[in-house]
Amino acid sequence: MAFGNKEVVRGIDFHLAPGEKLALVGESGSGKTVTALSLLGLVQNAAITGVARFAGAPDARGPRDLLSLPEQALRGIRGKEIAMVFQEPMTALNALFSVGDQIAEVLELHEGLSKEAAKAAAVQLLADTGIPEPARRARAFPHQLSGGQRQRAMIAMALACGPKLLLADEPTTALDVTLRGQILELLEDLRLKKGMAVLVITHDLNLVRRFADRVAVMENGCIVEQGAVGDVFAAPQHPYTRRLIDSRPVRDVSALAPAALTMPPVMQAQALRVSYPVPLPGLRGWFQKGEFVAVQGADFRIAQGQTLGVIGESGSGKSTLALAALGLLPFQGVLDVAGGVWQRKAAADKALRQSVQVVFQDPFSSLSPRMTIEEIVGEGLRIHAPAIGGDARQVQVLQALADVGLTPQQYPGLLGRYPHEFSGGQRQRIAIARALIVQPKLMVLDEPTSALDVTIQKQILHLLQALQRERGLSYLLITHDVEVIRAMAHEVLVMKDGAVVESGPIEQVLDAPQHEYTRVLVAAAA
Amino acid sequence: MSSSTSPTVVSPSPGQRAWQRFRRNRLGYWSLLAFTVMVVASLFAEVLSSDRPLIVRYEGSTYLPVLRDYSEKTFGGDFETPADYLDPFIRQRITTGGNWAVYAPNPYGPKTLNYFATLPNPAAPSRENVLGTDDRGRDLLAQLIYGFRVSVLFALALTFIGVILGVITGAIQGYFGGRIDLGFQRFIEIWGSMPELYLLIIFSGIFAPSVALLLVLLSLFGWMGLSDYVRAEFLRNRQMDYVRAARALGVSNLQIMWRHILPNSMTPVVTFLPFRMSAAILALTSLDFLGLGVPPGTPSLGELLSQGKANIDAWWISLSTFAVLVLTLLLLTFMGDALRDALDPRKQNT
Repeated sequence: MAFGNKEVVRGIDFHLAPGEKLALVGESGSGKTVTALSLLGLVQNAAITGVARFAGAPDARGPRDLLSLPEQALRGIRGKEIAMVFQEPMTALNALFSVGDQIAEVLELHEGLSKEAAKAAAVQLLADTGIPEPARRARAFPHQLSGGQRQRAMIAMALACGPKLLLADEPTTALDVTLRGQILELLEDLRLKKGMAVLVITHDLNLVRRFADRVAVMENGCIVEQGAVGDVFAAPQHPYTRRLIDSRPVRDVSALAPAALTMPPVMQAQALRVSYPVPLPGLRGWFQKGEFVAVQGADFRIAQGQTLGVIGESGSGKSTLALAALGLLPFQGVLDVAGGVWQRKAAADKALRQSVQVVFQDPFSSLSPRMTIEEIVGEGLRIHAPAIGGDARQVQVLQALADVGLTPQQYPGLLGRYPHEFSGGQRQRIAIARALIVQPKLMVLDEPTSALDVTIQKQILHLLQALQRERGLSYLLITHDVEVIRAMAHEVLVMKDGAVVESGPIEQVLDAPQHEYTRVLVAAAA
Repeated sequence: MSSSTSPTVVSPSPGQRAWQRFRRNRLGYWSLLAFTVMVVASLFAEVLSSDRPLIVRYEGSTYLPVLRDYSEKTFGGDFETPADYLDPFIRQRITTGGNWAVYAPNPYGPKTLNYFATLPNPAAPSRENVLGTDDRGRDLLAQLIYGFRVSVLFALALTFIGVILGVITGAIQGYFGGRIDLGFQRFIEIWGSMPELYLLIIFSGIFAPSVALLLVLLSLFGWMGLSDYVRAEFLRNRQMDYVRAARALGVSNLQIMWRHILPNSMTPVVTFLPFRMSAAILALTSLDFLGLGVPPGTPSLGELLSQGKANIDAWWISLSTFAVLVLTLLLLTFMGDALRDALDPRKQNT
């Protein structure tokens, strides 16, 4: 398949027997989503060659080539014989129609049911996916449902006409860890009941291990290895497959020196509480504002050279905790930072800012698109060491970039380049260099590798571990990935709905969890 | 150390890439070139169209009548009055007998009254007046050139002031939000509901009409549209991670606004520049048409339009003025469309 002059995917051969589960694995840019979309003719402006034979309903005229079918015939197949479940349930569902209406639409279109019959069938389908109170949920709009419920609704929509093949594009990536297991079980149940084949596209190897029968590994538009899951994972042939399987984060954390524990901690919090004002409904809302507590009574202590991992799901308040630790949000309680306190005034806090720096999650929005790399990395020096002249500053910028592994030899003209020329992993390195150049004592890492591919994640974590060893940095590491915590942290804080449910040294929390929620988290990641 | 910024690898900034995309749009690019040529030419209107010769060599000395006034007596006349270079007597004296004079291609100025005209006003296009004359006997081509200059310079000044005011108010509203934003929005609503035209008429009655007064009055009301766009961009950009990272570094509010957010918020400003200019040209033309614009005697396209309306038989007045206006506005519209396509955020990756 080619877009314009650029060949995106080539030489793809795979087969799928009825009732079989095939996983298409690869990193971003490998062409897996585009391959699946092309089967249904959903890719625009693409020049596609090749054959895709699909054996449809028993009364069809034998296997047909999907890639050469006219649009009219393809429309008959889409939704009825081949269905698709997309990655982001919020954007894949139409926000203006109720969920029941959207499912009924598929039934009216393909099965020719009347409106009432379709509505009733939609409620039944929702019930099959295990949503509680399906009749009420069918009348709800997508924004009124939670993420897991939306994904179930999408699955109901896809399975409405009993398709032979289900294409699932990263069906669980946007969901919380606890929900992923449930959705996978649901897919497995429904597959057994209907005898459906499933093509799962994913970059998550755990999902492949748990769910798929066979796996095809894609790199840069080609399938580099194919086979049964057990075989490929036990004895990977291709070097890329081996690299993928080896990309689980490796623990490389040096134990704390005993001296570090006696010295004053880099950060200490007692009864930390962060709340937002929210509008109240009704007449009361005219006179008062309600309060939403995002972080409730957190206590923690970070010594020098130590990493505190904060783990929790979306909405647990961990990012709010990070912003409060940086002094960017007002809070109540005691928060001691490197011997000082945040006063929430720009001039007074400036000196303290040098000690605490941050790396954010999204590498694409954390660097200003219109500033050169030199300006971005050198900004910290401009603020905190204005006496240094332009030349000396440039030397320090180059040194900081070299420390994170970016040198002008590899990237000519490095200092004059703009962020759009770098990949996600390289941008994250630039963000780390920006934080390092002012020589902080503590770095707040807010999901630093969540947006990166698995192999790149391993490199970045390795870099962070090396920096901690060399410079005695402390990290406040926020993440939802248990593997990352296992690789990086000394102590762990588990958060749920704003409260700290469990805390302690890593061996204690992850290997012998006390709280029910921690147990679920650890089990889901295993 | 200097090898890190080696000149062999030039990395295009986002602004340069947008310029490349603009250039690829042939219509917009040639419109820009044509418009620039027209503006630069009109800046040299005195060289193109003037009733005074550019250089005169008379009896061994060089004179520059386009720059200085000379009396008739310099060229052999009888009186101390300023020389009238359209007078056949003077013309003959400075062009014969070893003397030469270089005239402007169109030998009339905007206020020149040809006392030696052979046709009644308004005169149709003839060999003396390429596009004819208006109802007062002034050459039409000269009026158009000088009038175009006044319009364009006025539009540029108005756009410039509007951009500065709009960007500053939009930035303050968008960045700080909260009560400052609410207060400003209420102010803009009240201010925007004032009737511009009537205020203009009233102020024209109180103060002596002049281009400066018009500029002040029109720019008092012209910044609000742009302010809304800039406010929206600032509201969007201030939530970006790079702004939070800058705050964590300790960058002050003013520096964040100037260095981080403003360069990323200029897209709507640049996209709307040509449309604001055409709106300014139209505004001035409309006011001149009503007689409320520039003081009488200043060359203006609107005044020509009203003359064309009053002398509908003199079709050359309406037609040529109309053509100039349409051409200008078309060029600006093409440029605006090309700019909008070049700066479209969805096409940023090409």
